[in-house]
Amino acid sequence: MKEVVEGSHAVSEAVRLARVQVMSAYPITPQTHIVEALSEYCADGRMAARFICVESEHSAMAAVIGAASGGVRTFTATSSHGLALMHELLHWASAARLPIVMAEVNRALGPGWNIWMDQTDSLAQRDTGWIQLYCEDGQEVLDTTLLAFRLAESASLPVMVVLDAFFLSHTYEPVDIPDQASVDRFLPAFQPRIQLDTQDPFALSQMAPPGCYMEMRHDIEAGMRRIPEHYTAAEEAFASVFGRRYGMLEAYRCEDADIILAMAGTAVSTSRQVVDDLRERGEKVGVLKLRMFRPFPAALLASLAGDARKIAVLDRNFCFGVGGIFAQEIRAALYLMDSRPPVYSYIAGLGGRDVTPETIEEIYVRTKQSERPAPESVWIGLDPAACPVCRTD
Amino acid sequence: MIHSPLPQTDYMASGHVGCPGCGATVAMKFALRALGEKTMLVIPACCWAIIAGSHPQTSLKVPVLHTAFATAGAAASGLRAALDMRGDTETTVVAWAGDGGTFDIGFQALSGAVERNEDFIYVCYDNEAYMNTGVQRSSSTPFGTRTTTTPGTNWKHTRKKNIVEAFAAHRIPYAATASIAYPEDMIRKFQRARELKGGSRFLHVYATCPTGWRVPSDQCIKIARLAVKTRAFPLYEVTDGVRYTLNHDAEPPLPVRDYLSVQGRFKHLTDDDYGEIQAMVDEDWELLKRKVALAPEEARA
Ligand SMILES: Cc1ncc(C[n+]2csc(CCOP(=O)(O)OP(=O)(O)O)c2C)c(N)n1
Ligand SMILES: [Mg+2]
Repeated sequence: MKEVVEGSHAVSEAVRLARVQVMSAYPITPQTHIVEALSEYCADGRMAARFICVESEHSAMAAVIGAASGGVRTFTATSSHGLALMHELLHWASAARLPIVMAEVNRALGPGWNIWMDQTDSLAQRDTGWIQLYCEDGQEVLDTTLLAFRLAESASLPVMVVLDAFFLSHTYEPVDIPDQASVDRFLPAFQPRIQLDTQDPFALSQMAPPGCYMEMRHDIEAGMRRIPEHYTAAEEAFASVFGRRYGMLEAYRCEDADIILAMAGTAVSTSRQVVDDLRERGEKVGVLKLRMFRPFPAALLASLAGDARKIAVLDRNFCFGVGGIFAQEIRAALYLMDSRPPVYSYIAGLGGRDVTPETIEEIYVRTKQSERPAPESVWIGLDPAACPVCRTD
Repeated sequence: MIHSPLPQTDYMASGHVGCPGCGATVAMKFALRALGEKTMLVIPACCWAIIAGSHPQTSLKVPVLHTAFATAGAAASGLRAALDMRGDTETTVVAWAGDGGTFDIGFQALSGAVERNEDFIYVCYDNEAYMNTGVQRSSSTPFGTRTTTTPGTNWKHTRKKNIVEAFAAHRIPYAATASIAYPEDMIRKFQRARELKGGSRFLHVYATCPTGWRVPSDQCIKIARLAVKTRAFPLYEVTDGVRYTLNHDAEPPLPVRDYLSVQGRFKHLTDDDYGEIQAMVDEDWELLKRKVALAPEEARA
């Protein structure tokens, strides 16, 4: 049934429908609405689950690691500083091969304190062995959260469902909330692959000396390499029940595009509109929506965008000393491909600043007009009055 | 054939990699005898994370969840919740951590867990320093101790944190000290803790570390006994955070110097230092006696 719900509640509805058994989380804006709703579901009996109100995000992840090792379906949610505090345990969860699902609301890191949209928090966790899926709207948030459980459990790896602060977490949209029976068909009761058992005692996550550590890491990578296969199967099953699918990446009007704009999150919706407008004016432009970031779908990227003359990447994140993170990843992915369009890197919309249609059109125009990409990322919309060291060329 | 009223089934294998004379392994041996096979251990980084064995071996005959250093209280909470959701209320979840993982880096997670009154037993085996990383000071290291981070004249000039008081202040159902030199007392406390299901139970177990304390490995139990006899480590229980029971009166006490002077880690102390430490021990003992006197009706369980 379609209801008008907040992006945060699209997450919590999916978690309820997934019949999660143990949750643990620590509040941080803009994640709070997710966990408040889940606490209510536990209190009023709509969920048969335990919500552990821990004293930090580090403990939240530790608690779901403990619970997942005990063989139940688990969930947590965080954002920004909370995710950074979890860092040690993000590695722990993936290397222990636990199918934990986490909603992560993209928010800036301080100082200065900033609660608004920015992707650096999740992208900084790219080497932790978590699958990362970025969402564009409320429906996708709900669907992706459901999909995440199936994907995590089939791959024995944790999944992070990423959504923009406020633009998505606090925006009300009509979302089709499925009935429990359909969800149960898509996502049957959890069958743990790993579970501590007093009848069959063994140790989990114990010391791994040099003689086996590398093999264990290689095994995780082998699991990661199979994600596209698991993902496609899970999406197939999802589509057969719900009729929707998203793909690992989505190419919008890219077939004959000279320039492809690439980005993740809600800016994709704005870009679709800009592309439609530019197309009406005869420009050959498309959008590549970056949805799966880990594992990075390099081959698919090459097949969808390899024929463009230029790729322009909009990063709402930054890696100091290098540049936009999605742009780096796309450049690296294309390096071994036969056709290798130049990648233009733009930084915009950090710390909650709006990415407007004008921002995106400016990126398009700059890309069209430059013969080759600048060696460094180009920052769009810097205000020299707000920052005396800014130079705009 | 051993005739003893104490449980004799061992859930620890020989061939573990503890140092000779390791008190922490003695503690585990007695703890598991008392707790039995329906036990799951959660072990953060500490010597015991190594003693329990490397992949693919284990020196323990109960399931073990190894976890990150700061997380024993939180990971045990999660495991307990999972067992409850699966309908297994019989298995006892036991967090087993060193003093570093309890007094220091894991203190926050444990404080949170016992404030929620999580249904588990938390055991701190206390060897009074970070032994696994090479004898660095912790907040459990006593006044007067030389460690690798409190060397020379910079030996530790602050007192050991009183961890049982800290958790008694959380009003947890059961907190107790125990010593490897008093196995009957220790086993009784583990059994009592196991029976007191439904809330947080904290056991502070004294565990000699011959390597870190620079004592001969055959002195492990003797030194543990001296700690009790000198009142440096009193044996007592606290129920609901307020009712205190003393389990061993140590009357008359031996001078604390008898305990300190046999250990390399205290070799540098002067007569004045001994005097200062004796005054601290006396003061702590008086305080403890006053708390015991507040609840005289509490009989020994
Ligand atoms: C986050 C983190 N910091 C530091 C360490 C290194 N480390 C491992 S064990 C340990 C000391 C453990 O001391 P304690 O808890 O007293 O146990 P013991 O080794 O004495 O048995 C340290 C510092 C770690 N594993 N993780
Ligand atoms: Mg120690």
